[in-house]
Amino acid sequence: MKQFSVNFYDSSSVVHPFVEEIQALMAYRGLVVQFVARSIKTRYKRSILGVAWTMLNPLLTMIALTVVFSQLFRIQIENFPVYVLSGQLVWIFFSTTTSSAMGEMIWSSELIKRIYLPKSVFAVAAVGTGLVNFLFSLLPLSVIALVLGVELRSALFTWLLTMLLLSFFSLGLGLLLSTATVYFADMLPVYNVLLTIWLYLTPVIYPMEIVPTQWHWLFRINPVYYYVEAFREPLLAGSIPGWGTWLPATGFALVTFLIGWFVFTSRSSEYAYRI
Amino acid sequence: MMQTKPDSFINSEDSVIRVEGVSVRYRVLREQLSGIKEYAIRWLQRRLQYRDFWALNDISIEVRRGEFFGIVGRNGAGKSTLLKVMARVIRPTLGRVVMLGRTAPLLELGAGFHPELTGRENIFLNGALLGLSHTEIVQRFEEIVAFSEIVEFIEAPLRTYSTGMVARLGFAVATSVRPDIMLVDEVLSVGDAQFQEKCLVRMRAFQEQGATIVLVTHSMERVVALCERAIWLDGGKVAAQGEASAVVNQYSRTL
Repeated sequence: MKQFSVNFYDSSSVVHPFVEEIQALMAYRGLVVQFVARSIKTRYKRSILGVAWTMLNPLLTMIALTVVFSQLFRIQIENFPVYVLSGQLVWIFFSTTTSSAMGEMIWSSELIKRIYLPKSVFAVAAVGTGLVNFLFSLLPLSVIALVLGVELRSALFTWLLTMLLLSFFSLGLGLLLSTATVYFADMLPVYNVLLTIWLYLTPVIYPMEIVPTQWHWLFRINPVYYYVEAFREPLLAGSIPGWGTWLPATGFALVTFLIGWFVFTSRSSEYAYRI
Repeated sequence: MMQTKPDSFINSEDSVIRVEGVSVRYRVLREQLSGIKEYAIRWLQRRLQYRDFWALNDISIEVRRGEFFGIVGRNGAGKSTLLKVMARVIRPTLGRVVMLGRTAPLLELGAGFHPELTGRENIFLNGALLGLSHTEIVQRFEEIVAFSEIVEFIEAPLRTYSTGMVARLGFAVATSVRPDIMLVDEVLSVGDAQFQEKCLVRMRAFQEQGATIVLVTHSMERVVALCERAIWLDGGKVAAQGEASAVVNQYSRTL
């Protein structure tokens, strides 16, 4: 099989784009690092609070929601602030990663028209940026958890697997959205509306108990629900999630990633003149 | 796509660029549809109409190692598309392109620069965009800064740079690792005369060391002065090909 190389190019090389893109991405891994560094730097360069914004945003939402649910609805849930905050971190990772995968593709259209680069770098870099921001936001989560007396147990190590699976799920969806955005310019605003609906269909900011049991099937067909669950359980219950969570979480991640990668790469030779 | 035996094809001569019967088709929707809804309706009604536009039509050229090769023609003749096919930005619909060596696209200097990042940060970003490794950029960092004459501005954001400074920096990064093939598209028209001269000197130096240069320009004097051979593209087809001054003569008569 012909290896991808910056020193040789044959347009009729018979490697399938699915494989070629992986090879090219490996050769351009330095670019992924540069894109991640660029998003982090430009995001914080002109802001005084800097990195703090990543943490402040979910914190303020958490405070507001805690007040709403405990004072207005009189619903008592143990460690509700930690419940809301942990759900939000997963949701923010998922929503920003998928929409910025698409956004980066549009904003870099001038680049795509002018020079060669493996187009998947945008989606991969979006996931990388999401992971860095996610790491930053683990700090306030741990502080809040400790202050409220939530014990941090060894089951938290399963977060590594949860984030790996969620990353692949988000990457796959991000690639599908990126492909769609090349052909339909209004994909980004449409997706933002869908995200709002999706958020309300996922038990992120409200307790699951307020939803009648006959509607719980809606959670079970929702991939993000499993990642939220897998993330919360080690923190709130101190236990490792069961197969009922891991199987769907892995299945959705693998299937979405494979479909996304296939669709995106089989179309990628058109992007330079379509976008 | 047509399959040929790669090895016999490549070793045939000392050519580093082989363009063989290349055609490029742009398939675009006949009308600009405003959004997904409209697209879905048309699709259901089977009323999606595509328009095919052949930007390049059966182009065959061969450029030898160390050659300075010119591409001339009117706007829209396919010059830039041909260069993009060589730079692997656009894949040929028919035919085959083989590039033997590290190719530096000087299609648009500084296309990957970010205005908020400093000169230093942009050097690393742009280097990575051209497929250079981190080590390669570190090793050449001083030289890039020296060539682009931005030493005292290296920590300033790029938005504070002049157009000339950006062009110099873009050229310096793109040519920092000695490319085997340089694809040059009108980049010499930006910047002042002194900068253009400096770029030409560097390109000449690379050429003497065996690098191959493909130049797209509207300046006929430059083609005659620099290029050994040239191609004249008209409406995506080869109108003439051969010795640079002869091709330019033929082309100039039609202007």
